[in-house]
Amino acid sequence: MSTRIVVIGAGMAAHRLVDSLVTRAEERLSVTVLGDEARRPYDRVGLTRFFDGDSAEDLALPATIFADPRVTLHEDDPATAIDRGDRTVTTASGVVHPYDHLVLATGSVAARPPVEGAELPGCFVYRTLEDVGSLQRHVQERATALDRPVRGVVVGGGLLGLEAAGALQGMDAEATVLQSSDRLMSAQLDLPAGAVLRRLIEARGIAVRTEARTTALRPGPDGAVESVVLREGDELPADLVVLTVGVRPRDELARAVGLDCEERGGVRIDEACTTSDPRVHAIGEVAAFEGQCVGLVAPGFAMAEVVCDRILGGSATFAGYDLSTKLKLSGVDVASFGDAFATTPGALDIVYTDPVAGVHKKLVLSDDAKTLLGGMLVGDASAYGALRPLVGGPLGGDPAAHLLPAGGLSAPTSELPDEAIVCSCSSVSAGAIRHAVREQGCTDAAGVTACTKAGATCGSCTVMVKSLVTGELVKLGKAVTTGLCEHVDLSRRQLFDAVHVSGLTTFSAVIERFGRGRGCDVCKPVLASILAVLGGEHVLDGENATLQDTNDHVMANLQKDGTYSVVPRMPGGEVTPEGLIVVGEVARDFGLYTKITGGQRVDMLGARLEQLPQIWQRLVDAGFESGHAYGKSLRTVKSCVGSAWCRYGVLDSTDMAVRLELRYRGLRAPHKLKLGVSGCARECAEARSKDAGIIATAQGWNLYVGGNGGATPRHAELLAEGLDDDTLIRTLDRYFMYYLRTADKLQRTAPWLEALDGGIDGLRAVILEDSLGLAADLDAAMARHVENYRDEWAETLADPAKLARFRSFVNAPTTPDPGLAHVPERGQIRPARPEERDGDSVLIAGTTLEVRR
Amino acid sequence: MTTTLTTPTLAPQLAANWERLCPLEDLEVERGRAALLGEEQVALFLLPGGDVRAVDNHDPYSGANVIARGIVGSRGGRPTIASPMYKQVFDLRSGTCVDTRGKAVKRLRVWPVRTLDGDLYVLRGGAR
Ligand code: SRM
Ligand SMILES: Cc1cc2nc3c(=O)[nH]c(=O)nc-3n(C[C@H](O)[C@H](O)[C@H](O)COP(=O)(O)OP(=O)(O)OC[C@H]3O[C@@H](n4cnc5c(N)ncnc54)[C@H](O)[C@@H]3O)c2cc1C
Ligand code: SF4
Ligand code: FES
Repeated sequence: MSTRIVVIGAGMAAHRLVDSLVTRAEERLSVTVLGDEARRPYDRVGLTRFFDGDSAEDLALPATIFADPRVTLHEDDPATAIDRGDRTVTTASGVVHPYDHLVLATGSVAARPPVEGAELPGCFVYRTLEDVGSLQRHVQERATALDRPVRGVVVGGGLLGLEAAGALQGMDAEATVLQSSDRLMSAQLDLPAGAVLRRLIEARGIAVRTEARTTALRPGPDGAVESVVLREGDELPADLVVLTVGVRPRDELARAVGLDCEERGGVRIDEACTTSDPRVHAIGEVAAFEGQCVGLVAPGFAMAEVVCDRILGGSATFAGYDLSTKLKLSGVDVASFGDAFATTPGALDIVYTDPVAGVHKKLVLSDDAKTLLGGMLVGDASAYGALRPLVGGPLGGDPAAHLLPAGGLSAPTSELPDEAIVCSCSSVSAGAIRHAVREQGCTDAAGVTACTKAGATCGSCTVMVKSLVTGELVKLGKAVTTGLCEHVDLSRRQLFDAVHVSGLTTFSAVIERFGRGRGCDVCKPVLASILAVLGGEHVLDGENATLQDTNDHVMANLQKDGTYSVVPRMPGGEVTPEGLIVVGEVARDFGLYTKITGGQRVDMLGARLEQLPQIWQRLVDAGFESGHAYGKSLRTVKSCVGSAWCRYGVLDSTDMAVRLELRYRGLRAPHKLKLGVSGCARECAEARSKDAGIIATAQGWNLYVGGNGGATPRHAELLAEGLDDDTLIRTLDRYFMYYLRTADKLQRTAPWLEALDGGIDGLRAVILEDSLGLAADLDAAMARHVENYRDEWAETLADPAKLARFRSFVNAPTTPDPGLAHVPERGQIRPARPEERDGDSVLIAGTTLEVRR
Repeated sequence: MTTTLTTPTLAPQLAANWERLCPLEDLEVERGRAALLGEEQVALFLLPGGDVRAVDNHDPYSGANVIARGIVGSRGGRPTIASPMYKQVFDLRSGTCVDTRGKAVKRLRVWPVRTLDGDLYVLRGGAR
């Protein structure tokens, strides 16, 4: 005869028990599971995912164990009585199941507070799939009937209440959380931690009232709940109420047959998880160990393992509760673990608070400050995973280091001394960045930015931050993630090769094959640039249009007030008087601010989205093209007057600059590209501060590469000397194409060349000696670019579908943004400053300047 | 006898509290559009699954009305919008900023939207 095991309750603990039994048992056994829900066991912990669209099927726990011939599951047939003498269980349908071992796994029932109206229609608990299903239906029905957002009130501000409030928000309902004690999550957090959490919850748009004791729920004319009455006398309108005030163990069957139970509820078990009857075990939320029931799944699983072991003849014991928990509410990071309230005699605690960032962290240590006992983390629980396993053991190093903002790690680069300030915006030194990687567990540049704020402001130091982080990670022997983002594990270079080789031409196809999900603001623009180079399509064509940030999307540069700048191309800095007159007229007619840029051309600023096509129509008609001032692409080729006019000029630098600018215009690259051409060694075009600098000599052109202005200036290095025109152009073609294929995202030629294998000599070998056999490929790629080039503004103006994108408002296509305000200054306009908008002392120019067509 | 709510009885209510903005087909998947609602501006997004989300067009970090012009994406399965100005990333469902770029957490208000007969409506004064 096989051993007969009957399990009452088909929840999470029961599932774990049966799973262990069928995996471990060699002896013959038969397991009968009785459930009163009309479905197989499901992931109750993940219940809230139901509102994110997870179906009952998605939530179901693995069902394979019920296919085991030794296991029988009876759904929808609750146990109604136990006979301990006969050792049988009877169910509602009248079936009698004999047992050798009985396991109670009945969980808890969600409690309703003992106040008037708690059972009214419109009042919900939050425990089962049925509960969340009817809650969702109710919200939808009320939303339709009321024709305004549904007002939801959650009574109870614990883990479950906050989760429920988040779910209400997800259904476009308003959520107010009422908590009777002085703080949210009072079982897990102390007063200061609770206060920080409250601010985070409120920032998420959920209203919170603490010390709000509900005394009654009142019905409206239709009989459904209409308001919540508080002891303070307030009455809150409510279209629905979710009650999350606690749970009650379902110990009624046990009580009825005289098993020892706790007065406050729960079937008493010993460390073998056995009840007062040696044939009967209890596990999960219904079991009371040392007088306590706990509403967490981990202890239930531990008990299930103990009972499995005991039934199979072992002697495992339950070690007691681990009360560690983490809140599952997106955007609100909270965890508490171990002895969070420092109840151990002599316990010390260290606290780190940053009220501005909304972070509060506390560690509880033994009296000698060596052993970690527990802690609470609010606002940044990234250390939870690392700290929780350390509870009860020594906490290495300075305990305070564990509390510092997350993501801090430091990685030293070879050259930079620790004192060097890498980020001037936030005054962060190289040493601080290295420290963030080494000591604070930061594993990527984003983490270091979060931790040190380096790179968080103007962004000009991000490449340096990244290289410091990478250098330090390599030193620590840690793998460096080169993946672009959570959707793409490949680096830009790998992705370029992947797209090239696969021949895929759309974002969807590439992401499906080489990534996951729908992409984001990081991977989309990178892929847009790669597809533009390989496919040569218009930047606004098809799906590519959604990959671009606003600059590329509307082909203009976004300014601080939301207007744009317009920069027509003036190759080599050359412009005819007629051209200048058109620019002047356009700027005057559209009320634009005009300025000469550092790149030898004219910038017109203050253009509104809906004006861009009209402005560009005028410019295109006059023969101008896009200057790509907005793109990660060729910007300008700066020139000097050269031999045509200058008494010292050796070669015609202006002519060459114009040729080069027309050749490389529109070329999409990992970062912007700038060139300079000087007519002699006096270098008036500052060519050696450019990505490619060309300087005329009596022997021909000298070509310098990898120069940079900007935040980290670098002089370009000599690549080749005495070139004739054609060799110069061919060398540049290969240099740019090789850079386009191999650079990291947002890496300019200067850092790219520094990191390149073999440096300038390596580059020379690849493009002048063809050491990789790539030269023909690179030449062909550039030839394709030159052939395919079309002015994207002219194309856009000719395509009515693309023009739809320049409507200011979907319901008012030509209305200017009413939020814009300008102030006159030195005969032109500039955006109003905040204090000028508020005060009425300053004259604000209207946004609707007379427009002449 | 029971009555069920059907489209005809809904329409007058829609007219009362909900402002019709545009035909749904004026939106492009994953590309935002701004809409004007009296003094306020709403940024509308059509997601790949057909869901429409509406949040403030006003970017709380830069003060400019530009949210509709950012890149739509996802973070851990949540639909997001990245501001084109300083690149803060917001959850399109709750409006919470999920990548603050080192700044304090701010949020976009979320506007209730619905579609009826191929048109998109937003609730007047309904921002939360
Ligand atoms: C307009 C202009 C300033 C001016 O009024 O003169 C300008 C304006 C901007 N520069 Fe610049 N830079 C301008 C010449 C320069 C120069 C000088 C030059 O090109 O000879 C440099 C130094 C040379 C260099 O690039 O190495 C320069 C180095 C930068 C940098 C730092 C790049 C670096 O590698 O460190 C940035 C930041 C970036 O690109 O990430 C930048 C970024 C910008 C941005 C795009 C910032 C932004 O995102 O808004 C500005 C956009 C302007 C707009 O909306 O039109 N700008 N910028 C100049 C436009 C030139 C043009 O005609 O296209
Ligand atoms: C929304 C939500 C979020 C949660 N989040 C977390 C979390 O993040 N972390 C965490 O640790 N815990 C969490 N929990 C708690 C966790 O789900 C429970 O601790 C766990 O499910 C308990 O398992 P159990 O098997 O003891 O009880 P249950 O899973 O409740 O299973 C008991 C089953 O027994 C059935 N039953 C009762 N009486 C009878 C009877 N007489 N006959 C037949 N069947 C009967 C019940 O219908 C039920 O199906 C969450 C709970 C909810 C509701
Ligand atoms: S670089 Fe030479 S040619 Fe050019 S302007 Fe200066 S001196 Fe004249
Ligand atoms: S953000 Fe680092 S220097 Fe500006």
